[in-house]
Amino acid sequence: MKWYAKLYTRLVFVFLYLPILVLIVFSFNESKSRANWTGFSLHWYRELFHNELILSSLRNTLIIALAASVIALVLGTMAAVGIYAMRRKWFKSIVMNVTYLPILNPEIVTGVSMLLLFVSFSNGIQKFNTWIGGTAFSFLQLPELQLGFLTLIIAHVTFCTPYVILNVLPKLRQMDRYTFEAAQDLGCSPRMAFYKVVIPEIMPGMVSGFLMAFTYSLDDFVISYFVSSATSQTLPVTIFSMVRKHVSPEINALTAIIFVVVLALLLLSNFYSAKKEKQMMGKEERE
Amino acid sequence: MKKRILSLLAALVLAFPGFGTVRALAEGTGIDTSALDMDYYGRYQDKGYSISVYNWGEYISDGADGSLDVNKAFEEVTGIKVIYSNYDTNESMYAKLKTGGTSYDIVIPSDYMISRMIAEGMLQKLDFSNIPNLHNIEDIYLNQSYDPGNEYSVPYTWGVLGLIYNTRLVEDESVVASWGALWSEAYMDNILMINNSKDAFGITFKYMGAPINAETTEQVDKAVELLKAQKNVIQAYVADEIFDKMIGEEAAIAPYFNGDAVTMIADNPDLAFSIPMEGSNIFTDCLCVPVESQKRELAEMYINFMLEPEVGLANTEAIGYSTPNRLVYEQLDEETREDPTAYPTEEELARCEYYNYVGAEMSLYIDGKWAEVLTADEKYSAMIMPMFLGACVAGIITLNVVRASRKKRES
Repeated sequence: MKWYAKLYTRLVFVFLYLPILVLIVFSFNESKSRANWTGFSLHWYRELFHNELILSSLRNTLIIALAASVIALVLGTMAAVGIYAMRRKWFKSIVMNVTYLPILNPEIVTGVSMLLLFVSFSNGIQKFNTWIGGTAFSFLQLPELQLGFLTLIIAHVTFCTPYVILNVLPKLRQMDRYTFEAAQDLGCSPRMAFYKVVIPEIMPGMVSGFLMAFTYSLDDFVISYFVSSATSQTLPVTIFSMVRKHVSPEINALTAIIFVVVLALLLLSNFYSAKKEKQMMGKEERE
Repeated sequence: MKKRILSLLAALVLAFPGFGTVRALAEGTGIDTSALDMDYYGRYQDKGYSISVYNWGEYISDGADGSLDVNKAFEEVTGIKVIYSNYDTNESMYAKLKTGGTSYDIVIPSDYMISRMIAEGMLQKLDFSNIPNLHNIEDIYLNQSYDPGNEYSVPYTWGVLGLIYNTRLVEDESVVASWGALWSEAYMDNILMINNSKDAFGITFKYMGAPINAETTEQVDKAVELLKAQKNVIQAYVADEIFDKMIGEEAAIAPYFNGDAVTMIADNPDLAFSIPMEGSNIFTDCLCVPVESQKRELAEMYINFMLEPEVGLANTEAIGYSTPNRLVYEQLDEETREDPTAYPTEEELARCEYYNYVGAEMSLYIDGKWAEVLTADEKYSAMIMPMFLGACVAGIITLNVVRASRKKRES
């Protein structure tokens, strides 16, 4: 590499990681300030593990992100397989455009429309319940819909699913169509052939789709802001609510921990896949 | 691989619920129950009740640095579980309640929002026989203009808007005796202005000698002229960055609340606070019960608990804002009680006014004008945006044409 190419790459990395580095450094600051260094301390880490509000918001965020991305993974994979199998081209392109919509739509529009949907739905259920409550069919009363985990997960699944579809579709296109048929020729039922041939083939797309969905769900603020409630406040909403007083450095500490955990996970996964590749290479050579 | 990541994530999720609960069980909050009326607080013990509290962020004593964890203590004393969540502005709290789909039992709006919510029938009347601690509240904080009969609200904290300045950079105290300090060219680029329309206009109205609640659109237009002129001398519009900027001496003068000034002065003793002679805004945040709440009596117990001297003291110390509670005030150390920043003189307070709800039409007008102030900039040409969009469209069209012709050539 030429020296200026090296310099450029380095500048890009500095630009990307310097803010996070500053944030992590200030998580060790003694005072509450985000600008003036007063001394090293682990104070904010101790406080973080005693701050029930932040911990419970973190827990909510993780539960919702995990649930939403798993559901989005299943839905998205099914949708991708379906779209891939479509024959009529115009229909396919319409479905693809509909898929893009939740990504292109401004988040605030998605958030507000979700909120309106849930609220009108919950009003509808209430009306239905009072109407049917007076009749002999009162056992048909529906459970009430309140904003909370359920609505948050539904909203997150909505904007996460397209990412899974968009990650899985290219893998399906790369796949050799005939392996699926060959598997059936060799005695697999279509279902078995799907699990044994198609799924392993599109697995990398599923993993990256899942991870993307997970991260998007994890740091979504705008949509969660509208559809969350007292019982299900997520971490971004909690952080935002601190602006009147002063965002607490406990948040720096938490971000530092999350950053380190994610970094470790990534390194671990890269290490394993490198090892696997080596094994595969070794096998091929022996053969 | 996916399974491994999944199981790791699941393990993380499952590990977290542990922390808080284990600690609470092991330690307890250390609240002194001997001073509490346990007959009263024991009423709903073991019924499995819960209430949902909607408060400002960082606006309660939460157990940090060994302070009292107020919500935990309430659970310990009454057996009622507290579901706690936060909002960032009066307006977002109002919107959340207005759209429905949720139910909160306690909210803590400010004065002008209380009057608006009362007018729109969003608050419940309280039964003060369930709130015996109300007599702890100093009389001067009751029956205010936002709730004349004091039927809906119980004061939680109060404060005053004023000028925070650095005594090393601003040597002449007469400068900060007037809101004019925020327009003074001597401190060009060393002035911060508050980034919300309510306080920015409130300050300007007071500077003009007008009432703090806009009465005519002419009054607003006049203020807009002043605010636009001010843009030349100020360094930035800020919200909570003000803490770092003032403590770090990046600016000399800024408007903010006295309670936050106390916090800043503790970190940088060169800072000081002044309430300009033109008068200012006084605010009170009050505990209220929304009309949707089905648990008014539990909410009243929570309100009563917040008025206990020990609890009130912990809250005041954690938040830094002034207390309306007489017993809490008496417990404060002398230094705080005598501190003119935390507890301004009666004479200074007499010059302060509450914000009132000025009506939907006027609010909208002011918001529009505020946007005009923020976007006003002589250097900015009105043609930039349309030209930029036009260039984008032209770019996309040429790109498509080029692509199409290339495709044609190839085929």
